[in-house]
Amino acid sequence: MAASPIEQFEVYPLLPIQVGNLDLSFTNSSLWMVFAVALSTVILAISARGGALVPSRLQSVSEMMYELVANMVRDNVGSGGRKYFPFIFTLFVFVLFANLLGMIPHSFTVTSHLIVTFALAAVIFIGVTIIGFYRHGFGYLRMFFPHGAPLWTAVILVPVELVSYLSRPVSLSVRLFANMTVGHVLLKVIAGFVVSLGVFGIFPFVFLIALSALELFIAALQAYVFAILTCIYLHDALHMH
Amino acid sequence: MPQFDPTSFASQLFWLAVTFIALYFLLSRLVLPRISEVMEKRSERIANDLERAEALKTETEAVIEAYEAALAKARSEASAVIAKATSDIATLSAKRQAEFGEELAMRMVAAEERISKAKQQAESQIREIAVDIAADVAERLTGKAIDAESAAQAVDTQMKGNG
Repeated sequence: MAASPIEQFEVYPLLPIQVGNLDLSFTNSSLWMVFAVALSTVILAISARGGALVPSRLQSVSEMMYELVANMVRDNVGSGGRKYFPFIFTLFVFVLFANLLGMIPHSFTVTSHLIVTFALAAVIFIGVTIIGFYRHGFGYLRMFFPHGAPLWTAVILVPVELVSYLSRPVSLSVRLFANMTVGHVLLKVIAGFVVSLGVFGIFPFVFLIALSALELFIAALQAYVFAILTCIYLHDALHMH
Repeated sequence: MPQFDPTSFASQLFWLAVTFIALYFLLSRLVLPRISEVMEKRSERIANDLERAEALKTETEAVIEAYEAALAKARSEASAVIAKATSDIATLSAKRQAEFGEELAMRMVAAEERISKAKQQAESQIREIAVDIAADVAERLTGKAIDAESAAQAVDTQMKGNG
């Protein structure tokens, strides 16, 4: 039997760094984060360099991503969303490249760790909440009580809305983490079958190819979902429903 | 699962912050302004081109309108000229016809006059000749001279009788 399907999520230090009590070692996870940043920056910078009137193939990659996120921000955040465009774009690019690089065999999927996705989701959650209170003051608390509902329903509605609001970072982070983790575990398990079944391994192999394609699609889709949900939360904070 | 091993959390969070912030600055300072500049330039160019196309279209339409107006004007002018020429010709031919008719009538009158004069002349000459012949014939037949008076009387009576 091949290596455990969990092994691919192992984090191990490449360059031990100890600051006081904290272990801030440069790990394989850190390495793939750096790869994601470097690759995305290089691709986008190179493709943006041409500046031709009719975009070349590479140029249209960066322009399509730009348009995708710009439309997403315009449609979902609405007015005042322009300011947050660079952040949303960075978020999208980071998650997208982390997911896609994770598809390389023997690489490490940064976004398959809950701590990473939760950190991103927590930053979004805290930032959105701060923006909401900054824009609307205590009026932002009306978020938890739908406008026009009878007053007595507050007993039910406020806790429900509060729970749904507080569960946002959890659902946002768990969705990405679970998708990445499960996908990679599945790929690893099927790949193990390919080896152990010998000649008949051809069947799981065909399935593996299809599954890889699906995982590539999911990698892109989850980056999109992550960014679009951030846009929706931002819209709530800016415009209150 | 390694995901729930907290020993690596600090390192992951630290490097996530470092790489994410680095990416944010790289993209927002370096990449995004370039892309938006290029795309703005393009949309500007497209808008300009569309504007120019629109201007050219209106210009073309104006030219076509002017051409059509000129054509219509020329047409109406031509038809006016034709109508004038037609009426001129009609009046001229009517005038000429009238003149010719008058002349013809005049000539007919003159000819009739001449004919009747000639007829009268001929009639009177016929009478004289008839009188002479009658006198001559009577003289030869009777052998004596017949005076002109009675010959003329006889001739007149005969001519009246014959109508």
